[in-house]
Amino acid sequence: MAQFNLPKNSQYTEGKTWPRPAGQNVQEFRIYRWNQDDGANPRIDTYYVDRDDCGPMVLDALLWIKNKIDPTLTFRRSCREGICGSCAMNIMGQNTLACTLGIDDCQSGQIKIYPLPHMPVLKDLVPDLTAFFAQHAAIEPWLQTESPTPEKEWRQTPEDRTRLDGLYECILCACCTTSCPSYWWNGDRFLGPAALLQAYRWLIDSRDEHTGERLDTLHDPFRLYRCHTIMNCANTCPKGLNPAKAIAEIKKMMIAREV
Amino acid sequence: MATNGTAAPAQNGKAYPIIDHTFDVVIVGAGGAGLRATVGCSQAGLRTACITKVFPTRSHTVAAQGGISASLGNMGPDDWRWHMYDTVKGSDWLGDQDAIEYLVRNAPAAVYELEHWGVPFSRTAEGKIYQRPFGGMTTEYGKGTAQRTCAAADRTGHAMLHTLYGQAVKAKTEFFIEYFALDLIMDEEGRCRGVIALDQATGEIHRFRAATTVLATGGYGRAYFSATSAHTCTGDGNAMVLRAGLALEDMEFVQFHPTGIYGAGCLITEGSRGEGGYLTNSEGERFMERYAPSAKDLASRDVVSRSMTMEIRGGRGVGKNKDHIFLHLDHLDPKILHERLPGISESAKIFAGVDVTKEPIPVIPTVHYNMGGIPTNYHGEVLTLKDGNPDHVVPGLMAIGEAACVSVHGANRLGSNSLIDLVVFGRAAGLRCAEIVEAGARQPDLPADSADRALARLDRFRYADGATPTAELRLEMQKTMQNNCAVFRTGEVLEEGKGLIHKVWAGSEDVGVTDRSLVWNTDLLETLEFDNLIGQAVVTMESAANRTESRGAHAREDFPDRDDKQWMKHTLAWLDPDARKVAIDYRPVHTYTMSNDISYIEPKARVY
Repeated sequence: MAQFNLPKNSQYTEGKTWPRPAGQNVQEFRIYRWNQDDGANPRIDTYYVDRDDCGPMVLDALLWIKNKIDPTLTFRRSCREGICGSCAMNIMGQNTLACTLGIDDCQSGQIKIYPLPHMPVLKDLVPDLTAFFAQHAAIEPWLQTESPTPEKEWRQTPEDRTRLDGLYECILCACCTTSCPSYWWNGDRFLGPAALLQAYRWLIDSRDEHTGERLDTLHDPFRLYRCHTIMNCANTCPKGLNPAKAIAEIKKMMIAREV
Repeated sequence: MATNGTAAPAQNGKAYPIIDHTFDVVIVGAGGAGLRATVGCSQAGLRTACITKVFPTRSHTVAAQGGISASLGNMGPDDWRWHMYDTVKGSDWLGDQDAIEYLVRNAPAAVYELEHWGVPFSRTAEGKIYQRPFGGMTTEYGKGTAQRTCAAADRTGHAMLHTLYGQAVKAKTEFFIEYFALDLIMDEEGRCRGVIALDQATGEIHRFRAATTVLATGGYGRAYFSATSAHTCTGDGNAMVLRAGLALEDMEFVQFHPTGIYGAGCLITEGSRGEGGYLTNSEGERFMERYAPSAKDLASRDVVSRSMTMEIRGGRGVGKNKDHIFLHLDHLDPKILHERLPGISESAKIFAGVDVTKEPIPVIPTVHYNMGGIPTNYHGEVLTLKDGNPDHVVPGLMAIGEAACVSVHGANRLGSNSLIDLVVFGRAAGLRCAEIVEAGARQPDLPADSADRALARLDRFRYADGATPTAELRLEMQKTMQNNCAVFRTGEVLEEGKGLIHKVWAGSEDVGVTDRSLVWNTDLLETLEFDNLIGQAVVTMESAANRTESRGAHAREDFPDRDDKQWMKHTLAWLDPDARKVAIDYRPVHTYTMSNDISYIEPKARVY
């Protein structure tokens, strides 16, 4: 159950202000810090980045800080081109990928960065996504068939293949799921938008023959029906996908098979 | 659980508690090759663990774009023999032809298997897997252009990796996610007995005892300043092999992808040229017609990267500093771009501010792939030179994917041959494990000192209090590799590079780590990764200086020709980390095929 107030040891305090580099073109960052090793409350540190010495993206700024100012600043990153999903975080109040968001696009004198909301924090900007991935696994993300497997490929028309567009591109960054108030409230039982988007990706795949079983699993007041069409998921998806629409389609499939 | 070595070595007066595990097979890495091997071993009933430093779908396979090669013949006639010929020619005859035959013959089945597992391939009108042209892929032994590269739009690696992960979940594989492998456990007889890893979430040490350890740890693109490779591509498996006293093969062969986005380094798939894109210089000329009259923009990657570099050197680069080249897609039908190249259209917008339907993309040859790596046979078993036998199998150790050097790519890999390499040899490793590993068999006790070396190294970096931050050393290394071991090389520049790179390595004595915590200490991890990279950088530079010929991606201006008499052989390089010295020897190229269905393809001039 969601808590309305943060527990005392989660309330953040004013942190350290790190030295400001010389130079004219300096951007301020306010970044959430927490290290379970030191037993202290979370804090917000202030950093200044020399834009003339730094790449254009928010991730570039984080790397600049880590390389030049404070090696202890901790965040996940890998591909730096928006395909691996590692660097999802909350920037200026919106969940997104640090690698594809331009510093200029933040349009703020003070860029605020927090971990993805409402997940346990391991350290600084690194959330624990174990439950998120377990929910993804729960929808059984693999092709399920009964017919004898052909020697070559399963045939699929280009039109049928097109139905997977807007679904298969999901990178499991968790931006959508952690932006969903219904997930914040019932994250233990509601599968959340990312897992449901993937559920629909397999439901609508013309090759998959377990549509009925998949719908049976989702037919539950929590797993599927805790989506209240709030649409934060669609607003925040850094890949431009629309999980809310996919969820609505699943609900339509549920009704269609009952009439 | 713990069978021996219960007295964990005390380091700096503090004991590291060790958590022990025993598995039949431990796979290190969860990219395309690691996951395919993991699925294979799990399906074979072997007790399988997969250790990975990032969540599986974050592995760098996810960034592969253009496709996966296999002679399915969906778009016109094709034959595995033509695929073999192209791969041999692409490798500049350094590839081992028995392994290449294994690759191309198993390719179609491997692609159908991926499709059966659910990969959302793009489709032809008939509903078959869509295949596009790619560099160096021909029909009739070089006569026509093949459409051999199976594609899921321009997100093929992403589609594959997510599907393979789904299969591993289905197979109920035991994953150890966000565990960083520190070192191999080698016994006195030279057998690999497992691996030591650090759990990033807790800082705890885990010791994995295994009958077979499979390294699927990818390449080390991050040894360079500008690479399409992810931050995590630090060749950790290669480095563990070097520390185990084993050699790496053909490390001088580093592929520069012709079309990394200028500045950002992000990849623009070769599939963009496969779909009709072309390169121009500052005069608006399609210069590839001069360098490769037949294949033009679809020549092999090494050829295109060199041609671009020549244009820039000739003063015909584009942009303010005339230091890059334009890639045009603006003449293509926007519908085709949307359907087949949506990912790179988005990347070009984000990272170059370019609308591909209207403007060209600024591109530059960018480090992309390591042909070299851990020497293996085509079953994935790691080889070493022992008592004059260049094919001596190191028991208990396998390597697959970009980490391995089978060698199917030789001196230059063809585009879309890497994804097929991952699944064919990932599958091969699984089959071999099923053959040689007895499920649940009792394993002998580990040597008492099995964790000592790994922990001593960890401890040294954990408390490193020198004055030079890791980031500074890393930058020095990356700039040195970029300047002194690039597309074109000379003896003079490489000799200077050797001095410089050794200087960086010596400088790591003074490394300083700031973060002292145990949980998610990325300062420490980056330092361990730097230590892994610098060894490989040194080996790369020295192997490059040693090879006095030009072959594939290794272009020596002072030795412009291929020299089959002297150099038709693989480089083997060992590293002595204490003396900071490299030793070089060789192994012969396999000048025979796997079967009698095709005969050895004799070397000839390589013209596109």
